[in-house]
Amino acid sequence: MIKNLIIIMITAVLVDNVVLSQFKGICPFLGVSKKIKNSLGMGLAVIFVMVCATLVTYPVYKFLLIPLEVDYLKTIAFILVIALFVQIVEIILKKMIPPLYKALGIYLPLITTNCAVLGVTISNIDHQYTLVQSLVNAFGTGLAFTLALLLFSGVRSKIEYADIPETFKGVPATLIAAAIVSLSFMGFSGLFA
Amino acid sequence: MDYILPVLVFATIGAVAGILLTVVSKIFEVKTDERLEMLQETLPNINCGACGYSGCGDYAQAVLGGEDCNLCKPGGENVVKKLSSIMDVEEKKSEIVKAFVKCGGDCNVTAKKYVYKGIQSCRASNQFYSGSKVCTNGCLGFGDCVNVCPEGAICIDNEIAVINPIKCVGCGLCVKTCPNNLIVIRPEHQNVEVVCSSTDIGKVTRAICRNGCIGCKMCERKCPVNAIKVENNFAIIDYSKCTNCGECVEACKFGVIKKSSI
Repeated sequence: MIKNLIIIMITAVLVDNVVLSQFKGICPFLGVSKKIKNSLGMGLAVIFVMVCATLVTYPVYKFLLIPLEVDYLKTIAFILVIALFVQIVEIILKKMIPPLYKALGIYLPLITTNCAVLGVTISNIDHQYTLVQSLVNAFGTGLAFTLALLLFSGVRSKIEYADIPETFKGVPATLIAAAIVSLSFMGFSGLFA
Repeated sequence: MDYILPVLVFATIGAVAGILLTVVSKIFEVKTDERLEMLQETLPNINCGACGYSGCGDYAQAVLGGEDCNLCKPGGENVVKKLSSIMDVEEKKSEIVKAFVKCGGDCNVTAKKYVYKGIQSCRASNQFYSGSKVCTNGCLGFGDCVNVCPEGAICIDNEIAVINPIKCVGCGLCVKTCPNNLIVIRPEHQNVEVVCSSTDIGKVTRAICRNGCIGCKMCERKCPVNAIKVENNFAIIDYSKCTNCGECVEACKFGVIKKSSI
């Protein structure tokens, strides 16, 4: 049981990294990775939303979509539920914990319809995970996202000062760097055959 | 039936979500100061940034937090009065400022090095040997400042930017836009202007532009309060010292220092 959970965790973080192996969440990966501080904030927000989204979508799927035999509409249903959930969390945070709201502020709405968040809830269903397994997978995926973002923001801050050809500056250099970081994560593939 | 059920399910989910959101937002409503909205409505909302904040909304927030009410330049006295009354503080006089262009090198007095047919903007033409005009410091004449002016106060006349002091609100957007940093903000009542910023030595300036400042320092010597200084071969007026006496205008033999009509 525990062993199974650990494998799910490591798979999510390293082997099947959500950004670097699955191409999900590329937009915030490129957009919010300029500064290490921002990427950490975004990463924490993503972990939080992923775990909570799993917690919300799992019962919706199990107790609403399956009994009514409309489980083929899970994508739309999940988008709706995650958006609703994030909105509610935002409103509550604004009232109850203003400092946290300010810290997460711009990231929360960004995450609302992020494909990485939607992707993790759907992959939970596709793998037929139990609730506990789903939660571990969601947490691991969030962690993977944070790891990718942190590593990449480190790389990017180096690029800022690197002497690179004029035509490569900006987006081209960033995309090339992303490819190389992704390449390094390919080394983990096949860890659990 | 196969089609109706999903529709019903989603309509219900949507409705429940909507109701839930409304209820939650009512329960957890955060009261915002009603003055904030009034402040925002009072401000001109052109988001020029002359107050030092990133926009009118930002400035409204700052005023609420105790910032001075007299920072909005485009709004003028009227806005200062309204802001002060909303915040219930004593009205502070705001200084009215105007922008002017420190170049008099129009197409009648200065020649061109080459014919420029690229993108019609100052920034672009400045990339090619500092513009097509012979003087490398002068107005490029493509009107980047015209495009950025929220009040339509700038026009290009004889290939040089001219600012209409009646329309100008002194927001300073053009100051930031000019690639040669030719536009300067001065207080409205101090209308003595040096209309050249050529850093070339006097002989060169004279050769390429009939309206150029040669840095002869006549104005510097005549100024009774030492408000005018020649630096980098052209005169600059320090408006914090200038008394608007007009001595320098008479001293300048080349008519580079002018008293603006308003």
